Amino acid sequence: MDICYYPGCTLKTKAKNLNLSTISSLANLDIEAKELSRWNCCGVVPSLASDDLLRLIAPVRNLARAKEEGYSQILTVCSMCYQTLAMANQIMQEDMEKRDIINNFMEEEGDYSGEVKVVHLLGFLRDEVGWDRLKIAVKIPLVGLKVAPYYGCTLIRPRQVGIEPLESLTLFRDFITAIGGIPVDFPSSTECCSSYQVVSNPEISDEVSSGILKSAEEWGADILISSCPLCEYNLGLRKREKKELPTLYFTQILALSLGLDEGSINLELNSDSAINFFKEKFKDVLC
Amino acid sequence: MSNPNTQNKDEKTASTSSNLIPVFIMGKRYDVPESLTIMKAMEYAGYKYIRGCGCRGGICGACATVYRKPGDYHIRVGLACQTVVEPDMYLTQIPFFPANRAAYDIKPIDKDPEEVFKKYPELFRCLACNACSKVCPMDIQVMDYISAIKQGEFEKATELSFDCIQCGLCASRCMAEMAQYHIAQMVRRITGSKIKPRAKHLNDVVSKIEKGKYDNIFKELKALDVNTLKKLYTEREMEPAATPEDWSPQKKDYL
Repeated sequence: MDICYYPGCTLKTKAKNLNLSTISSLANLDIEAKELSRWNCCGVVPSLASDDLLRLIAPVRNLARAKEEGYSQILTVCSMCYQTLAMANQIMQEDMEKRDIINNFMEEEGDYSGEVKVVHLLGFLRDEVGWDRLKIAVKIPLVGLKVAPYYGCTLIRPRQVGIEPLESLTLFRDFITAIGGIPVDFPSSTECCSSYQVVSNPEISDEVSSGILKSAEEWGADILISSCPLCEYNLGLRKREKKELPTLYFTQILALSLGLDEGSINLELNSDSAINFFKEKFKDVLC
Repeated sequence: MSNPNTQNKDEKTASTSSNLIPVFIMGKRYDVPESLTIMKAMEYAGYKYIRGCGCRGGICGACATVYRKPGDYHIRVGLACQTVVEPDMYLTQIPFFPANRAAYDIKPIDKDPEEVFKKYPELFRCLACNACSKVCPMDIQVMDYISAIKQGEFEKATELSFDCIQCGLCASRCMAEMAQYHIAQMVRRITGSKIKPRAKHLNDVVSKIEKGKYDNIFKELKALDVNTLKKLYTEREMEPAATPEDWSPQKKDYL
């Protein structure tokens, strides 16, 4: 099968490891991620002001173009793109007044009223691939690897667009189990990574992100996985010099478990602790 | 200005050869022959171009013009030298729009998108309103190439922006206050010098020139008198209008 894929700007520049591991893993599962032919920035971050139509134009334009190209769903893996697109989609489905204003303004695109479903890769793996099929596809099960799933904020908030309810999180756990690892629940799994605070308050940001990594480590994790370039920056890349818990994108361990090689995950773009950990763990696969 | 008699004669010629239609140049009504371009119409109305008129061939981007029609809220655009007047168009030319251009030395810059982001951080103020694309007289998808730049897709941005004539109308409409066309130019320079392969045949030709391949023929030409030169020029072998793929000139000494 093929699916309309929305990478997002960061996956094309700073987070190529998230992009490539996603595309290669899907290809390995016989799914072609067809990049939307014309797309712009998702509009990140979604505006929380009720009167902020300007910020809706970017995400809705992407969705309208996906509709124009004949797609009924759009797949994204970046947590922030997911949240921004999904929130805009919800407004276009439910708020007739805003929908009309936006459609009237964007007359060069076709009318849009939320017809395209915004899908995150984790939900896609469960619903379209299925955990059983994924289990069969796994060539190098991550036996014994204790993996802490880090949701952060944007995958599950706000509730109306979250990929699953905050109080019964199963997606990451089932994903980790399917590829042969051991999911490690830890209390900071849904805390904020400190987000853009890293720009204005880097010390506070470091304190917050180190706390999250420490929490995962204390609960027994070998590694922490996420699906957000900003979380990976705060928890992983900024810790490049320090020996903290290794962090990876969930698609990178997916690719490795599917037997894909180092060239499919751009491990060199991760932190040193992640690189060292995986060179040791996957020494037969990685060169 | 010119001799009143001449002017009368001009007007007479114009009014007999085509119908006059009203256009509004900066709010003032002028009746001009319907077949004129905006540029010719402005000259007909008495304007004299000192700036805002370059090639008169639709290439240089100096005569960008915005106009509106009654009963239609859309802003319309065209190049004054290419666009034929329409009845009741309200127009003004925008020969120049202030736009900052980053200073850089292209040599040490590599193809890393960050190089462009650093020079033009305003890229990330884009809200995808698309006003730039709508106002482009060359029908370039400006917002799409800005998006491509943000995605680090420099070759795509180069293709999308290639027809740009740098008129600046995109910059005039940008609510993020970008000068899109300067950013695109930097990206095209990077694409041309750091991404696209170098043309090997060009190096060959240059080295042959340096080795003196054309020295003799130039010496001979310089020594000729004007009439002989003229004769050579008019009798030169021309490439036919519809050139077959295997066409080559009969004299191949300097190919």
